[in-house]
Amino acid sequence: MEMLYQRDAYGQTLLELGRQNKDIVVLDADLSSSTRTSLFAKEFPERFFNFGVAEQNMMSTAAGLASCGKVVFVSTFAVFATGRAWDQVRNSVAYNDFNIKIVATHAGITVGPDGASHQALEDIALMRVIPNMNIIVPSDAPQTREAVLAAAKSSGPFYIRLGRPKVPTIENKGAFKLGKAQVLTAGNDIAIFACGVMVFEALTAAKNLLGQGIKAAVVNMHTIHPLDTETIIQVASRTRGIVVCEEHTVVGGLASSIQEVVAEKAPVKVLCLGIKNRFGQSGEPSELLKAYNLTSSDIEKAVFSLCPR
Amino acid sequence: MDARIKELEEKAKEIRRLIIQMLAKAGSGHPGGSLSATDLITVLFFSVLRHKPKDPTWPNRDRFHMSKGHCCPLWYAVLAQTGYFPIEKLWTLRQLGSVLQGHPDRRTAGVDVASGSLGQGLSVGLGMSLAARIDKRDYRVYVLLGDGETQEGNVWEAAMASSHYRCDNLCAILDYNGFQIDGKTKDIMELEPVVAKWQAFGWHTLEIDGHNISQILAAYQEAASVEGKPSIIIAHTTKGKGVSFMENVVDFHGRAPTKEEAEKALKELE
Repeated sequence: MEMLYQRDAYGQTLLELGRQNKDIVVLDADLSSSTRTSLFAKEFPERFFNFGVAEQNMMSTAAGLASCGKVVFVSTFAVFATGRAWDQVRNSVAYNDFNIKIVATHAGITVGPDGASHQALEDIALMRVIPNMNIIVPSDAPQTREAVLAAAKSSGPFYIRLGRPKVPTIENKGAFKLGKAQVLTAGNDIAIFACGVMVFEALTAAKNLLGQGIKAAVVNMHTIHPLDTETIIQVASRTRGIVVCEEHTVVGGLASSIQEVVAEKAPVKVLCLGIKNRFGQSGEPSELLKAYNLTSSDIEKAVFSLCPR
Repeated sequence: MDARIKELEEKAKEIRRLIIQMLAKAGSGHPGGSLSATDLITVLFFSVLRHKPKDPTWPNRDRFHMSKGHCCPLWYAVLAQTGYFPIEKLWTLRQLGSVLQGHPDRRTAGVDVASGSLGQGLSVGLGMSLAARIDKRDYRVYVLLGDGETQEGNVWEAAMASSHYRCDNLCAILDYNGFQIDGKTKDIMELEPVVAKWQAFGWHTLEIDGHNISQILAAYQEAASVEGKPSIIIAHTTKGKGVSFMENVVDFHGRAPTKEEAEKALKELE
């Protein structure tokens, strides 16, 4: 199984974009080697600006650049991009509806040993409440590339959420289309909606469940906004229950997004696997996924509780 | 020269009258800081800025950004008077559906970036300055800062970055009227030593009387000649300048004049 860094895919794609489009400008806040914007910086030093440890200034500077026609990619860790600079994202970036693409790395519990202060578990929620903001959570490295290309092509502000560790590549999921969820496995018993690294866990669970006679539809919800309500309703209305998985708080992220739709349009029981009113902690990513009940076997357990054998 | 100064003084008086009329009609808004910065911004728009009001997105235009967005009545007045939109629009300030929002918004011709949440505007100006460098354009960028606003940490992040990147096309204007909503800046949160702070951050500083037209003109000229670092014009001003009963009265930071007060003020500004 191919294991790749999403941020490597980001750095490479940004470099390609930089070669094609002279209006692309990249900003970072002292984390360019971690976020991989350093690749762009090396080839296009005149279009790269490092702002040191000052994310608020970086975000509003992006607005000034965008007002002059630049397509601005802004990178740092997710916890700083969305938390530290939230007001700047709201007022300088989104309210102006500027062409600014915030690509944040080190999101979620899989940050690992750095612990709670660096594990953004609420970033999707923070971005989702802001009008105009498009949100993408790619499931793996190849999808990261597609998401970055899509964001560069579309106008307006984007938040793209990437992780720190290498993640398995999911084969045969088809081409990425902004706002169009990917139904990866067919199944009418149960639906599993997931984003980011949890898509792989969901697929593993679905494979095991099939052996138990349960057919689960796995849906890769790579785009949180605009939300593919059509697919959610379609899948929800033909299954007996839904499990939502995300390495993010269950408040305000993918789980909330799904529940808001099905409660109104296709009522069905929804179980949420995510972080529940807790901060993260140090540990290896795999240990943390276990400790926070975010593994494929946790998904299987949730499915069994909805769909008894 | 004297005739030019006299003309700008008259313009500033007109702008002050429009601010009073606009705010009285709207019934809410911020007169104090609009009046304190009127001379600085009138001189900028009528005598310094390279712009084409009929072509507000002209790429080579000098940029102006009002970081202290609550003083937008001043911005709207100079935009209308220089021809960005008809004067009549001013009477829609703060009304539902108006292009003149309570704080600056991109729906207004001449406003490139919204403001209102304090502390972000110097960063916006820095971005515009860097864009000029990338595009090899020679426009200049002017950012109006409030004095209370410089209590925001974001301002100092931007100050550090602007000198790091040697943005000599960037000129900040500090409307140092000494008041903020809760009282005098020296009582709420002392700003001094202001000049030393900006110098320590690597800026070229100019200290002037912000109501003296010839000093203002000279300051803009000097700032444009500085190489290798950004400039800040630290302008000592009077909050509510031009209307006797508003001057240095903290109540008029964020309260519009009543009909009677407006009439009285307009008489003083004849």
